[in-house]
Amino acid sequence: VHGQASYLLTVITFLPLFSVAALLVLRSDDHTWIRRIALAASLGEFAVSLLLLRGFDGTDSGFQYQEFYNWISPSIHYHMGVDGISLFLILLTTFLTPLAILCSWKSIQQNVKGFFTCLLVIETAMIGVFVSLDLFLFFVFWELTLIPMYFMIGIWGHERRIYAAVKFILYTMFGSILMLVGIIWLYHITGTFDLPIIENVLANSAPLSSTAELLLFGAFFLAFAIKVPLFPLHTWLPDAHTDAPTAGSVILAGVMLKLGTYGMLRFCLPLFPAAAHKLAPLIAVLAIIGIVYGALVATVQHDLKRLVAYTSVSHLGFVVLGIFAFNAIAMQGAIYQMLNHGISTGALFVAVGMLYDRRHTHEISEFGGLATPMPVLMSLFLFVALSSLALPPLNGFIGEFLILIGTFASHHVWAGWAASGAVLSAIYLLWAYQRVALGEVTVEKNRDLPDASGRERFILATLAVAILVMGIASPYFTRPMEPATNALLQQMNDELQRPQNAARPAVPATIGAHAVVLPAAMTERRARP
Amino acid sequence: MTGMTVSLGEQIANLHRVAPEVVLCLFGIIVMIVDPFVKAAGRRALGWTAFAGTIVALASIHVAAYEKGFAYSRLISTDNFSLFVHAIVITAAALAILGSIDYLDREGIQRSEFYALVLFATSGMCILAGANELITAFIGLEISSISTYILCGFRRKVRESNEAAMKYFLLGSFATAFFLYGIAMIYGSTGTTFIDGVKSALEGQIAANGHIASLAILGLGLIFVGLGFKVVAAPFQVYAPDVYEGAPSPVTALLASAPKAATFALMVRIFYVSFHSASNIWFWVIWVSAVLTMFIGNLGALVQTNVKRMLAYSSIAHAGYILVAFAASTELGVAAVLFYLAAYVLMKVGAFLVVTHVGQEGEKRLNLQDYAGLGMKQPALAACFSLFLLALLGLPATGGFLGKFFAFQGALDSARAHGSWVIALVVIAAINSVIGAYYYVRVIVAMYFWPQSQEYVPTRVAPAVVFALLVAAVGTLYLGIVPGRVRSLAVAAAQSLPVQSSGSNTASNAGVVVPAAARSVR
Repeated sequence: VHGQASYLLTVITFLPLFSVAALLVLRSDDHTWIRRIALAASLGEFAVSLLLLRGFDGTDSGFQYQEFYNWISPSIHYHMGVDGISLFLILLTTFLTPLAILCSWKSIQQNVKGFFTCLLVIETAMIGVFVSLDLFLFFVFWELTLIPMYFMIGIWGHERRIYAAVKFILYTMFGSILMLVGIIWLYHITGTFDLPIIENVLANSAPLSSTAELLLFGAFFLAFAIKVPLFPLHTWLPDAHTDAPTAGSVILAGVMLKLGTYGMLRFCLPLFPAAAHKLAPLIAVLAIIGIVYGALVATVQHDLKRLVAYTSVSHLGFVVLGIFAFNAIAMQGAIYQMLNHGISTGALFVAVGMLYDRRHTHEISEFGGLATPMPVLMSLFLFVALSSLALPPLNGFIGEFLILIGTFASHHVWAGWAASGAVLSAIYLLWAYQRVALGEVTVEKNRDLPDASGRERFILATLAVAILVMGIASPYFTRPMEPATNALLQQMNDELQRPQNAARPAVPATIGAHAVVLPAAMTERRARP
Repeated sequence: MTGMTVSLGEQIANLHRVAPEVVLCLFGIIVMIVDPFVKAAGRRALGWTAFAGTIVALASIHVAAYEKGFAYSRLISTDNFSLFVHAIVITAAALAILGSIDYLDREGIQRSEFYALVLFATSGMCILAGANELITAFIGLEISSISTYILCGFRRKVRESNEAAMKYFLLGSFATAFFLYGIAMIYGSTGTTFIDGVKSALEGQIAANGHIASLAILGLGLIFVGLGFKVVAAPFQVYAPDVYEGAPSPVTALLASAPKAATFALMVRIFYVSFHSASNIWFWVIWVSAVLTMFIGNLGALVQTNVKRMLAYSSIAHAGYILVAFAASTELGVAAVLFYLAAYVLMKVGAFLVVTHVGQEGEKRLNLQDYAGLGMKQPALAACFSLFLLALLGLPATGGFLGKFFAFQGALDSARAHGSWVIALVVIAAINSVIGAYYYVRVIVAMYFWPQSQEYVPTRVAPAVVFALLVAAVGTLYLGIVPGRVRSLAVAAAQSLPVQSSGSNTASNAGVVVPAAARSVR
């Protein structure tokens, strides 16, 4: 499988986009068939993406399923590949999209075709981000995620949707345009946009000065930190979530925030290890502030969806902390927590969306005692809440535990502060659950609310099964990540231990020749066990 | 070399070298001659004749390409660079003519001289693109300017249109006078008006005195005033919003695109070829002007509620982005300028054609409010407009993005020569693109998120306009997704200029980095 030509990634990336063509030929008032085809396309996409698992070599630290073609000559290539870091993020995307389609089955009634078109285009763009190994290609997909999400929030969102949509797009665009400058700058240093070759060149023949490295790190990190979002760049997130339609929130929280943490892992750490090390304490402090601040602000929210949005700030703080602890266990925990957060928070948004479909409000005070009229929905809600607050043996526990134990090994204090976030999450989620579900029914019209329908049960039950499986069978997921994370940390260590300014062999005049001998460069990276 | 001894074969070759100009003028004359013999209804047919003229002119670029070289005693240089700009300018004119035919009917000003003037203006711009001599360039500039002054005032009964024509004429005359004065000074200093002649004369000055005579530099400064006016570079941009707003919309589409491309081409020849040895001086002029232009354009556009005026400010901002690429003073910079112009012309003309249609009779529907709900009323039109706006914003997969990308790349490539100031310039440009995002996105917000406007009652989009919009939209996507061919044409065009390429710049362009470049950044 390794090294041999494969079109699987291209198929997975562009299948949703092609199914949009099928949607476009349907009459726009034929809602039933639009929904069915969108669902079928996303299910087919999930099935195809599962093929990745079959040929994936879990002991290999390099990129697999690579595809490499010339695109814009001479230096921009269509280069794709997956490794242990991106594998499950792709599966997360293809897993959540059909559920997002299902949960907007009834709630989206106007301009249905446009809505599912946006959803499928986002899927293509997000998968494209995860598989791109060429910085230019990566940037194209990265920016393409913005526009459909912007339309989703702006057209199908709630009260302040226009404000939220514009804030979302301006914030993220500001970050990404500086990253573009960074990408072009890197090209001028290395002569290529190809990620593995750039790593190679920076590590061996053309190391950066520490100022240049800090600036470049900053340009990339800012874009990713806004996307995550890291405190204090998080203010777009609660607005975007509160006013996005349910499916938009699921995709936004489930996958899109991970584009930021994925970018840190894929670009910031391997390309600029020294700068990452230098700034790690600062970033960790921001992450910890995010953990605690997000949790505290979530506690006092009276809007249920905003509460869940702030839990994202807190949980993603854990992920960033795990990445910048530079410890194999913490890093695996961080990747695992990315998946967990996608599923648990996605599920929370689905549940909140079901309440909204019934009452058209997110105000906690409008609910109360809901367990009486709808016991099934509320018990599933409790289950996903417990997963989100990291109750053993559910998935959230594994992720947070790995991050904390890994961080503790190198930085006791960081772990100590971060652990408080785990406690706070129990407070805000259980308190919110208590106010929404337990006790007497406080608002009369809630008494006759219908319980979860078959479709709703199916969505939440699927997510609940995923939560349980990921809690119990975590090694199945973490083991394929291990070689990639170990190799990444090893690569960073090698970089750092190399004495600064040591005399290096004169730069060969043929750095550009790497572009020619690419197949060799494709395999040499991360060859260490 | 003198005209007396030119053989017949050389005469014919010369004619081939200016084939596009000849075709445009011929069709312009045909339109003028036929005009008295047709009834009012036949004037539409003359519009189509003019369109056919642009198509034949586009095809005749291939004729010119067979006979590359200097024409008419070296006054005109027919090289890849000139031909590339010809294609841009004539395409813009063709799209503008397609947008005019139904517009003139709608406004009740269907007259043949409109088309003739567009063709003559275009031929003037083509001369600008190929001029190898400054007086010839001046003539080209005057042909294109005088035609466009008249076109601006074509809505004779509308006050804004008259104001636009008057303003453009008065200020434009000053600008061309500056340009002429600049030529005089350069002639005084170097004794020649040939672009390549000035180059060697200035190099001679450096060899003799160690520096360029200040008279020549002063001349260059005056030329920048004149040409800066035409490309709407700050601080010579003040006229643009009023003129663009007052001119008939299809004329605005032409005005915002074609003259800018042609004038930038002339600027490239004068600055890059003639004054290459002074690039460390004019770099700062361009730097300051680029920063001012971008900020004035973008900040001005932020507060507009009139979409046509907003697009006018946006074209100021885009002149700034082109100046960023221009500042590079390398071949890569020229290629970036050319690619940017190609992408820019398509998206800008496309955007103004949408404004033309939505404006309706008397161009009354220009406000943002009139676009409210357009996405529901006319989904295809709104989708096209969104595409052009996103391209102007610089979103990937559109030509606008790659234009910006190559511009930034070209500028950063010259970091070795100009140091961190170039990096600062690119960062400023990047920040400006985000400011730009706000007002482009606002129009999309209005089209898709606002409740539908009651005032704007959708009318059918004329087939000619549909075709023009399709060409612009497909072209914008083509340049964004498979830019390879146009990019390599732009690189070949840049290489056809006698720009002294400085070492690594051309090398990295070919994908092979010379280590010097790698080390210098550190």
